[in-house]
Amino acid sequence: MIEAIPDLVHHYNHWVSIFLMVCGLYIVVARGNMVKKLVGLTVFQTAVFLLYISAGKILGGTPPIIAEGYEHYANPLPHVLILTAIVVGVATLAVGLGLVVRINEAFGTIEEEEIFERGEQE
Amino acid sequence: MVLLTLLAVVAIGIVRLRNLFAVVILGAVYSFLIATVFLVLDAPDVAMTEAAVGAGIATVMMLAVLHLTKTDESRPRQPQIFPLFVSAVTGAALIYGTLDLPPFGEADTPVHTHVGPYYLSQSIPDTGVPNVVASVLASYRGWDTLGEVVVIFTAAIGVLLLLRRAQRPTRQATRSRRDAP
Repeated sequence: MIEAIPDLVHHYNHWVSIFLMVCGLYIVVARGNMVKKLVGLTVFQTAVFLLYISAGKILGGTPPIIAEGYEHYANPLPHVLILTAIVVGVATLAVGLGLVVRINEAFGTIEEEEIFERGEQE
Repeated sequence: MVLLTLLAVVAIGIVRLRNLFAVVILGAVYSFLIATVFLVLDAPDVAMTEAAVGAGIATVMMLAVLHLTKTDESRPRQPQIFPLFVSAVTGAALIYGTLDLPPFGEADTPVHTHVGPYYLSQSIPDTGVPNVVASVLASYRGWDTLGEVVVIFTAAIGVLLLLRRAQRPTRQATRSRRDAP
């Protein structure tokens, strides 16, 4: 138990991010409601962002804006990647929500199981 | 650390709740929390973008869709053993993987010794921009940003096409098509 404490401190960010990732995965697999599935996808995505940003942090560093008197900066590269990923993520989310609206108009429901039943009846 | 724990609690709330309106609002709370975490982790640009895009635009879009559809989720009919099993196995495998990762926040890990220092030292001589994130985004990796804009443009066209078709009297059309055979 005592030996596990440095592990906990060193990997706390990673473990929380993995927990969030697993939450997102569970929502996507287990829940049939499509809006809920999209929220789950967003949670999953954000967990990956957290993993990247954690990798870029240096303890005792500052944000990567060059200024007099500072030596250690956080790594800017993960920040750039994640900025792009956030924007692309919201674009895909918009397309997904558009599809949900269309499905709701065509089937009258956004529950996966009801749509499957409708498909079997026809 | 407290913030991260709070984040995990909010995620559990998102999994458990069945009222989609509450889920979307919790999603906004989650976005703001993670934006704060990004700020603590020295990523102010990412924090601003996440707060504006994740908590702002995404929430507004979700609420608009909920307005067009319904706000309650139906109960699952079969027990949820298999998804739980898949998630647990994935989580265990990933946690096993983190044990080999370098400790958090140290300066001599591979992440910080590869190409990052080049950007940090050359940004001012090359571009004259003190904010390294901005200079990498707009100058060193400008083509990537162009690609990102193309992705957004494509997504906008896709949404427009999807919703444009929805404006036609599709409901009657589909109903008559279903009744015909």
